[in-house]
Amino acid sequence: MSAELISDTSRADIDRWVNKYPAEQKQSAVMAALRIVQDQNGGHLTQELMDAVAGYLQMPAINVYEVATFYSMYEHKPQGKHKLCVCTNISCMLRNSKQVVDHLEDKLGIGFGEITEDGLFSLKEVECLGACVNAPVMQVGEHYHEHLDPEKIDKLLDELRKEG
Amino acid sequence: MANQVCFRNNHLENSWSLEAYQSSGGYEVLKKILSEKTPAEVLIEDIKLSNLRGRGGAGFPTGLKWSFMPRNAPGQKYIVCNSDEGEPGTCKDRDILRYNPHQLVEGMIIAGYCIGASAGYNYIRGEFWEPYSRFEGALEEARVAGLLGENILGSGFDFQLHAHLGAGAYVCGEETALLNSIEGKKGQPRFKPPFPAGFGLYGRSTTINNTESLASIPVILEKGGQWFLDQGVPNSGGEKLFSVSGHVNRPGNFEVPLGMPFSELLEMAGGVRDGHQLKAVIPGGSSTPVIPGEQMMEVNMDYDSIAAAGSMLGAGSVIVMDETTCMSRVLERLSYFYYEESCGQCTPCREGTGWLYRVLQRIEAGNGSAADLDLLDNVASNIEGNTICALGDAAAMPVRSFLKHYRDEFQYHIDHKQCMVKSDW
Repeated sequence: MSAELISDTSRADIDRWVNKYPAEQKQSAVMAALRIVQDQNGGHLTQELMDAVAGYLQMPAINVYEVATFYSMYEHKPQGKHKLCVCTNISCMLRNSKQVVDHLEDKLGIGFGEITEDGLFSLKEVECLGACVNAPVMQVGEHYHEHLDPEKIDKLLDELRKEG
Repeated sequence: MANQVCFRNNHLENSWSLEAYQSSGGYEVLKKILSEKTPAEVLIEDIKLSNLRGRGGAGFPTGLKWSFMPRNAPGQKYIVCNSDEGEPGTCKDRDILRYNPHQLVEGMIIAGYCIGASAGYNYIRGEFWEPYSRFEGALEEARVAGLLGENILGSGFDFQLHAHLGAGAYVCGEETALLNSIEGKKGQPRFKPPFPAGFGLYGRSTTINNTESLASIPVILEKGGQWFLDQGVPNSGGEKLFSVSGHVNRPGNFEVPLGMPFSELLEMAGGVRDGHQLKAVIPGGSSTPVIPGEQMMEVNMDYDSIAAAGSMLGAGSVIVMDETTCMSRVLERLSYFYYEESCGQCTPCREGTGWLYRVLQRIEAGNGSAADLDLLDNVASNIEGNTICALGDAAAMPVRSFLKHYRDEFQYHIDHKQCMVKSDW
């Protein structure tokens, strides 16, 4: 049974979310569950993992696929260890997000939707991150990096490389 | 005056902690209501008096919305907070969650009390991990202190509150899409009626309010609806958060009285970036019509003044553009956003946003034709009013207003296959 694909740690985390909703509404935890198994899998979902979530939350697999393909933070292809999500929407654009994108593409040798050869970085263009007064902004994991310029980006890339 | 409502604690050390919040009188309003068993009708009347209007963008009176709830009817009811802040230019709720989460918690408990709900959810956009963590921390502190959960402070009133995390979808800021998302479904808006007050989360009566609206409640009830009303101007009560972004020297969130002249707000943000002139302003978030700079300098920041200028206050998301801004390039980017975020449910929006984007893309690339500007107007008018939710209108309005005020720039792009402004970004 594919539910075994979900680790004990992930199960405990999913259960914590299930408990937030009425007992008969386990499906409400599907968004959290997909995020949790995606993290467990190093940053992307697979059909087996989506099926496992369906089994675990006792919901039809098709409903899990619907959710997993509707929201932009779920990935269906391998990502770099550090997924760099760069906002290019209006407030960031006005503060020169183009320079941020150009610099990242130059330094990493990849474009949007690509991964570096060492598998360390992938680059993603995202819509407004809701930190417009600190533009230009990019999200890496749980953190926002704000007021970006080439110097700050170089420093951040160095730090992320050290993390491995 | 400024910073009197949602930002009133931001100057405190660890302002997000229970200790800091209580040091400035936090949870005292809740305690008073629960000990005196203040009738909900009295509280709702005070909110109505305050003229607090929904801070998420629609501006619907909060007190009136609460009065639609069948508070005495049997069965589970819900209060839901909309922290799915994603309208380009908007970043105020993030700072409430990060710096003053307890005021939102208190506001939601009081809202639950007023509408007869014993449970609530705060829907926080998936990218907001830090604000989400702050909010979860506040919930835990409140539970331990007996301010949240069963039999709050021995009053017999129960209220459970949880955070729900999104996963990246602008449309979930639409209230019924948000409800579907909490239910573990695709975030596609529901047809209304039925309205959430009758058929909401899990089919139960539900009220959905914006983060800033709910976080304003404890201050309004502490100081009185009349006090709040007096901070603003007629028909626009209170102070409001404005996110000023773009070409200004000091972008930031500012909590100021409604009705403040735009010129003063611009001054607070350090003015237009040095050496440049104001060209245009989007006053309420990317969906609201653009206003030329010289006209904007005469406008006050309240619902009626901005409506009279042909736009909307929206969420108070002020995007400032200087003379280096190519309006064709900006509109192309905005149209891509709506194309990307359309949920695909209604044909006019799903297909129309793609048309708008593709036509604007070819104009920007120098491949536009003479008929394209009329085509844009035509597509926009075929979206407007023909979709279940407001995302379609939100995609059409910028197109209409950019063409209305800057048609010559688009025409120049078509005629000369290049931009008429020189940009350094």
